[in-house]
Amino acid sequence: MNLSIGLTINGERRDIVLEDPRVTLLDLLRERLQLTGTKKGCDRGQCGACTILVDGKRINSCLALAISHDGADILTIEGVAQGEHLHPVQAAFITHDALQCGFCTPGQIMSAIGLIHEGQAGDDPERIRECMSGNLCRCGAYAGITEAVQEAQKILGNTRTERAA
Amino acid sequence: MNRFDYVRPTTLAEAVTAAAAPGAAYLASGTNLLDLMKGNIARPSRLVDITRLPDLDGIETLSDGSLRIGALVGNADLAHDAEFAKTYPAIAEALLSGASAQLRNAATVGGNLLQRTRCGYFYDTASRCNKRTPGSGCDALGGDNRLHAILGWSESCIATHPSDFCVPLAAFDAVVEIEGKNGRREVALEALHRLPGDAPEHDSVLAPGELIVAVRLPASARAFARHSRYLKVRERNSYAFAIVSIAAGLVVENGTIKEARLALGGVAPKPWRARAAEAQLVGSAAGPGAFGRAAQVALSEAKPSGDNAFKIELAQRLIVRALAAAAAGTPDRIPALPASPFSTPAGALHV
Repeated sequence: MNLSIGLTINGERRDIVLEDPRVTLLDLLRERLQLTGTKKGCDRGQCGACTILVDGKRINSCLALAISHDGADILTIEGVAQGEHLHPVQAAFITHDALQCGFCTPGQIMSAIGLIHEGQAGDDPERIRECMSGNLCRCGAYAGITEAVQEAQKILGNTRTERAA
Repeated sequence: MNRFDYVRPTTLAEAVTAAAAPGAAYLASGTNLLDLMKGNIARPSRLVDITRLPDLDGIETLSDGSLRIGALVGNADLAHDAEFAKTYPAIAEALLSGASAQLRNAATVGGNLLQRTRCGYFYDTASRCNKRTPGSGCDALGGDNRLHAILGWSESCIATHPSDFCVPLAAFDAVVEIEGKNGRREVALEALHRLPGDAPEHDSVLAPGELIVAVRLPASARAFARHSRYLKVRERNSYAFAIVSIAAGLVVENGTIKEARLALGGVAPKPWRARAAEAQLVGSAAGPGAFGRAAQVALSEAKPSGDNAFKIELAQRLIVRALAAAAAGTPDRIPALPASPFSTPAGALHV
């Protein structure tokens, strides 16, 4: 059984030999690569704390076998800021006080980045709430989260329009 | 999670051969399978990773007007395909009402069809469950069974099939293409899932090693595009399985129903097509009288499997609601909260 894989993680190519095919992307990131920003909440696809982008799409990394994602391009919370400049979604979470304990926040932010990229919700708060329902917040910061995603959507949506123009 | 052998074939023939080994299971995205493996409910000795197989991720219109959807097409990709959503709006709405955005991004068409029940006793390895451990008994009978089946159940199993996607697929006569060691065969989606009888461990008619490669929608399904809806009652209004769901499609001419399609989810061990109710609707005026009579017919054989008699009336009421919504016309855009019976065409806030 060949257990060697190649992944691009936050722009960096990594060649990895897995010790076991059971390793999930979540455990690989946290235990092998020390990228502990991605959180393990339920480990069963119910809470969204482990959300990352794989080939540009948000998924639950706890329900993804690393071996099956050989060749994938992965973005985690560690890769979204540009040096000292926060990603607009990160900045909006701070502006709108969209967290309390912070445990779910990396997953919320990655999910919001994925949502904005999907372009299905716009800045409609009801669609944002529905499209963020895969991310639970035990502290109940949902009002701030919705506002933060609305604001980030406006910023990123405008950026996208400017680039297209 | 048990140890397993992992293989990643690159051709369909290799995959089918690899999966012929006893204890083998196919792996697509694994959103359900890995969850079951983490809970020790599924213990495959080999995973046959089908994600690199060619030609399973396309959506194509065939010369006879049918639509062929590859088994590896993602649930979100299918629902957000503009042409698909316009032509099969109830199917897109069902897809978007299921799971979360993250799971819909990962989950595949074939995997959705073969996902297993969410009966709590099936998931709890300390409980008796004939589906998980044949012959062990059923702790759902006489247990916490508010959400269990009211149609098609047996004394050996009262679990429901959890898929939203399968409900409109059953209504609109979808066909499943299956590859096995003896070649290709086709099964109507309505006949894919088995009733439990005394062998609830077999969810479907697939033989060991068989693989779903595509789902086809016949050209006849297009006729319902202007009058079709999927409605779903849940314990919470997003990211929850159905207590009861309804897929409804109508062809209406001058106020008279020319054709009808109706299927129920969350009520039976399989997506439940209500053919007698469809026949009842045809020729009637599209209105509350006909919808109510169809609802009565659809549930005429229902009986509670426990503390769930309420689901019979709930299903009847949701049928009336779904048929009324379908008759009113498919909305231009899927509501903010897909399939919610509380959504209004005007989009009034409800969460």
